[in-house]
Amino acid sequence: MTRRNNLTAGLEPERYELHEPVSFIFESDRRDFFKFLGAGIFVVCAASKTTAFQESGRARRASEDNLPQEIDAWLHIGEKGEITVFTGKVEVGQNIRTSLSQAVAEEMRVPIVSVRMVMGDTQIVPFDMGTFGSRTTPVMNLQLRRVSAAARDALIALAAKQWNTDPAHLTAADGKIIDPKSNRSATYAELVKGQQITQLLPAEDPLIPAVQWKIAGQAVPKVDGRDFVTGKHRYPSDYKLPDMLYGKVVRPSAFGATLVSVDTSAAEKMPGITLVHDGNFLAVAAPTTALAEKAAAALKPEWKAEPQPSSKELFEYLKKNQIPAEGRDSLHETGDVQKAFASTAHRLNSTFNIAYIAHAPLEPRAALAQWNGDHVTVWTGTQRPFGVRGELATAFHLPEEKVRVLMPDTGSGYGGKHTGEAALEAARLARAAKRPVKVAWTREEEFTWAYFRPAGLIEVSSAVDADGKITAWEFHNYNSGAAGIRTYYDIPNQRIEFHPVNSPLRQGSYRALAATANHFAREVHMDEIAATLKMDPLEFRLKNLQDQRLRAVFEQGGKQFGWNKPRAANRGFGVGGGFEKLGYMATFVEVSLKPETGEIKIERALTAFDCGAIVNPDGLRNQLTGANIMGLGGAIFEAIEFENGRIVNNVFSKYRVPRFRDVPPIDALLIDRKDQPSVGAGEAPILGIAPALANAIFAITRIPLHSLPMAPQLVSHGYQLG
Amino acid sequence: MPTTYALRINGQSFSVDADPDVNLLTVLRENLDLTGTKYGCGEGQCGACTVLIDGRAHRSCMTPITTLAGKSIITIEGLAKDDHLHPVQQAFLDEGAMQCAYCTSGMIMSAVSLLNNRENPSDAEILQFMQGNICRCGTYPRIVAAIRKASAAGKEPVR
Repeated sequence: MTRRNNLTAGLEPERYELHEPVSFIFESDRRDFFKFLGAGIFVVCAASKTTAFQESGRARRASEDNLPQEIDAWLHIGEKGEITVFTGKVEVGQNIRTSLSQAVAEEMRVPIVSVRMVMGDTQIVPFDMGTFGSRTTPVMNLQLRRVSAAARDALIALAAKQWNTDPAHLTAADGKIIDPKSNRSATYAELVKGQQITQLLPAEDPLIPAVQWKIAGQAVPKVDGRDFVTGKHRYPSDYKLPDMLYGKVVRPSAFGATLVSVDTSAAEKMPGITLVHDGNFLAVAAPTTALAEKAAAALKPEWKAEPQPSSKELFEYLKKNQIPAEGRDSLHETGDVQKAFASTAHRLNSTFNIAYIAHAPLEPRAALAQWNGDHVTVWTGTQRPFGVRGELATAFHLPEEKVRVLMPDTGSGYGGKHTGEAALEAARLARAAKRPVKVAWTREEEFTWAYFRPAGLIEVSSAVDADGKITAWEFHNYNSGAAGIRTYYDIPNQRIEFHPVNSPLRQGSYRALAATANHFAREVHMDEIAATLKMDPLEFRLKNLQDQRLRAVFEQGGKQFGWNKPRAANRGFGVGGGFEKLGYMATFVEVSLKPETGEIKIERALTAFDCGAIVNPDGLRNQLTGANIMGLGGAIFEAIEFENGRIVNNVFSKYRVPRFRDVPPIDALLIDRKDQPSVGAGEAPILGIAPALANAIFAITRIPLHSLPMAPQLVSHGYQLG
Repeated sequence: MPTTYALRINGQSFSVDADPDVNLLTVLRENLDLTGTKYGCGEGQCGACTVLIDGRAHRSCMTPITTLAGKSIITIEGLAKDDHLHPVQQAFLDEGAMQCAYCTSGMIMSAVSLLNNRENPSDAEILQFMQGNICRCGTYPRIVAAIRKASAAGKEPVR
């Protein structure tokens, strides 16, 4: 059967997320693949032309010996009927190993235990840009459903051929193909036995509609859950190889420092030590971590660093250090804001400060690297295995087919593990040591040498008419980012602008990106306008909002929360909501105040969420609650403090994250839109908690809270929260 | 200079050569390949490295190897008996009390310690005891639910 067709090469749409293109090479030929898989049916699904060309027309040369380059997904059915699915997406706790297995089991009509997901191994999975942007559910889930539906049809075709009947008469159920007319049936294993077939199928087969789902849509427990409660699962930092060494990198004295000199004489005398001094990279590897640490401590490096700004002067710095905007999304204009402001008597201005915060994934970066000749294999925790493959290829001047990156299910990421620092460090040491080397970062290293959620300065101005309709909206975001910057309220005159800044700290993705900062500023400002009008904040939002799905989360969430019920004395309600990553969200918070002490307590929270047809309601609730709890940290107390190129609070004893007693009762209202495509839920639910909390506090204290985190501002007014 | 230490872990005796300043976490992970116990902070702040020593929760990253003579150490690998999960492990599964699950070993060991030493703890006692364990994914409410469930299930203490 065919393994090449005339589909045109191109890039899948998610690739725009990165600035530099990543090359696209499959190094395994088909024979290697079958050695790996054994006999069976191998189904390859190709991207449709529309998605292939959506973002870029840049074509790539198809290699004669390789599989087609537009592959979305592939799947193998083995001789025992076992189904193996290959995807470049990775598991960092968002539970996609389970939700994707559900999608496959649904379309293949098999129990979920028949499905095995192979994820994030660059040698054997189709290229994937990375696991970010809430794209797994809207994109990969759909693609795996398509490849599974195609595989189901391939099995039907096999049975039809064997039985010499029309495939249209046959159906699939419980891992079998059934001919209802003759009552004949054959298991997938029976059909596949002795076959060695590759099917390249267009991904256009009809899919099972959500209303008919039996496995998708259910609260299926975490796949391999038992391995996690018994300690059996191996995270990247747990990986080992025979004769492996432990690596330790000697870190610069400050960001951007250069290595002037180093006295290596003492370390070189230590037995079993491999020392690498390559430009600014200074590191050792040793048979134990203890020896590596001793050797690293014995090195006497001299670093030279430039003076750098500190967190105390951060927001002035952000305003003063703008750089020219690149790209298409930096400015949005509708109507004429200046004219609208000129004709209003009530212009309301607010300025918001957003601190840098750290992802602080509980598993710090770790990698194990092994060289075999000029090929390198690295096991590491990253949201972008193919991106890390590219980093390694660049760093070591290798073609990408000589680099293999594998990603075991990892101890979280939250957007913080897009890069391959530990992979490069381990590989550099392993090359010098001629043995495998593991580099596992300490907490201090993770807090310092990873990257941060960008800090931001946001300025909002608005005008409103006497009826409560917003007439003008001006919004400037300095540095924190353009995600979620546009308003979903209906405002005739808008100017919304993102201003990039030369960031004093290394910064990057964080769960929901800048949408957290932008929603905070927008939704807090909304309550301030409502207050000037003496209008109910929820009523004011609905008055300025047409989008039906967004209205629904505000209205249904408000109803479940009891927004219109009488409020007790010293109790405040707040709401914050929006639309992000294709999901609709509104979060409601109730706080109480003890006036005699100034203590503020979060009594409860509720998030109403619509992410289309729900794939796994239990996983969704887990994400909603978790996102709110993580969001509480950035809302109340998390902030990175830095001074002259160093992080001051680079340990958990100095950087507070949410703990058990910080958590109020959090409820979820899941709006299951079976008529709508399923979309992601890992990011959007984090957005509402900060503005809802600030607005609830504003409702009783009348103090507009304009900073993330808000605890310092509250303390300055004599209040304590958390 | 490395010294030989006799350790009793999960009911088995081990002889480990290590420097006296090495902590139990490193010995478990590097010398014995018991990697279910996790590193999270190295300063006893996150609880990912929690093990039982004589039935009580200890942060193995802060436990010098020199202090363990004659003591019984239980790690996450030693909790299930003959394929039967400990009620706390089972409750974590039943409640779906994990996301990335990197904190799960430490959470379970802390919870076992709590239930070893306190019958039917109140919610306030659960929160107080578990306050030293961090879950960055924010599964705290499910962990509390799992501990309540395991508490109701009851079990002979693990020591």
